[in-house]
Amino acid sequence: MKINEGTFQGVWTLGEQREGDISSVSYELLAWGRELADKRGTTLASVILGHNIEEKAENLIHHGADIVYVVDHPGLEHFTPDVHSAILEKLVREVMPEIFIASATTYGRTVMPVLAARIETGLTADCTLLDIEQDTGLLIQTRPAIGGNVMATIKTPEHRPQMSTVRPRSKKPLPSDESRKGKIVLKEYPDEQYVSKVKFIEFIKEETTALPIQEADIIVSGGKGLKDAKSFNLIYELADLLNSSVGASRQAVDMGWIPYSHQVGLSGKTVSPRLYIAIGISGAVQHLAGMSPSDVVVAINNDPDAGIFRVCDFGIVGDIFEILPVFIEKLRERKATSSKGGS
Amino acid sequence: MRIVVLVKQVPSTDKVKMDEKTGTMVRSAMEAELNPLDLYAVEEAVRIKEKTEGTEITVMSMGPPSATYAIREAIAMGCDKGVLLSDSAFAGADTWATASTLSSGVKKLGEFDLLLSGERATDGETGQVGPSVAAQLDMPALTYVSKIREIGDGKIVVERAIEGGHEVVESSLPALLSVVKEINEPRMPNLTGKIRARKTEVIVMTAKEIGLDPSRTGLTGSPTRVVKIFYPSISRNGMIVDGKDPEKTVEQLLQFLNDKSFT
Repeated sequence: MKINEGTFQGVWTLGEQREGDISSVSYELLAWGRELADKRGTTLASVILGHNIEEKAENLIHHGADIVYVVDHPGLEHFTPDVHSAILEKLVREVMPEIFIASATTYGRTVMPVLAARIETGLTADCTLLDIEQDTGLLIQTRPAIGGNVMATIKTPEHRPQMSTVRPRSKKPLPSDESRKGKIVLKEYPDEQYVSKVKFIEFIKEETTALPIQEADIIVSGGKGLKDAKSFNLIYELADLLNSSVGASRQAVDMGWIPYSHQVGLSGKTVSPRLYIAIGISGAVQHLAGMSPSDVVVAINNDPDAGIFRVCDFGIVGDIFEILPVFIEKLRERKATSSKGGS
Repeated sequence: MRIVVLVKQVPSTDKVKMDEKTGTMVRSAMEAELNPLDLYAVEEAVRIKEKTEGTEITVMSMGPPSATYAIREAIAMGCDKGVLLSDSAFAGADTWATASTLSSGVKKLGEFDLLLSGERATDGETGQVGPSVAAQLDMPALTYVSKIREIGDGKIVVERAIEGGHEVVESSLPALLSVVKEINEPRMPNLTGKIRARKTEVIVMTAKEIGLDPSRTGLTGSPTRVVKIFYPSISRNGMIVDGKDPEKTVEQLLQFLNDKSFT
């Protein structure tokens, strides 16, 4: 839609649900949305599509929404890309929001491009920063570009809504405030609107006992500096001693030293541990984009000019093959002493 | 079965030049290769062809004339035909305008059963073009596909790698599948394939030839505008120590972790 097709106003966030429960990304998005709506001096609405979710919509208001648009129908229980995007298209054309943001989950990354294509507007993926330009009121979207080595600032000047996705866990949700009041708007459409070309068959839950790195408290991450798969074992050894999860840079994953599920960065996972230890990682913007929410960052690298040193709290410029064995040895000694003392 | 695989040529080095005025990439004069994540889409198409008699695979890309190289790489792996959409009018396209161009190109090819793409390109990393093409061609976008369980009789059953597990869905055809690394192990082209790729003519088509209104492509047709490119200046001003003496440095590190109550 072109800007001159009507009056577009309000900030929207795309809520997500799984089996009738609102996902935490929905609340994270409201933290992004609240900032934008307040700066723009407008309302913040959340949209949620699903089945048996009507009663839970209030939670979105407690987390910062002024309005919640709910579409509750058995046909929305599972994600059908055609129906979900068609319903969102109807809502957008009817209410005409100025800004619409979603989380870069598999849901957001699928439904948003389909929606943007249908309503003919721009969509900026994986923004790390969203802001309102003071004199124009335009949404300023910043994301890493060209393999993640530089940042690009992107605008959608003539098309509405201005749409973006942001990484999951890139902002902490606002605390729930049960005294917050808002409006819940229930939207209904004729049954035939929910008929999809895609049919849900089953969901096979991943049987993994390991904590996904997005939820880890401490992460030890290894990069290209480890040189080979065998040396990468040092990372596992260290992680074991620190009771932490193992992360990796894109290069380490591309070399096949560790599975993709451990990749930290724009093309992998965004993590926000209390402690992030980067070893042999130079720190391309694409990697930094995935770990910058960490509370404390430690870096060990032999290149004093490595980008990772700009974002660390404690950095060691040195040979990781000299430092790591000493680090591991000393941690082991401490562990031995403390377990002796404790027994 | 008729399959179209959408591919992109990407810079193979990290040294990419930017046009500071338009904020877009200067694609000429740099080393390029077929987007590594597109290899999985090409491989999957070739595997379907090996199992389904009468399958024809067309590789399609939008890019400068040099992008025929990426198309030939895909042909060498087993694809049959190559089409490159190339026109100065396409330059500077964002994901919407790229999808608009590719979908016009696909329409021009006529009927088909399956559209395949990689999860995303390693340069732009948006992952938006595949689903956008599906939307513009009015067919389901099945993203993050990690396995094709069944295909045939106008339908397909796939597994999608999503948060916390795999979702199995059935869809009517035609549909777009964007596939993830998990789906297969791409083959290396053999000599016969390479020779065939060299001999196969890559058809080059312009905006006019695919019947695309120039206002719906390139920078003109792009809803988004890159207004600034910059090197980030995120800084924590941490303590940096020289690690020449590992013993001493590690003690300092342990002290630091202790102060932050991690050990």
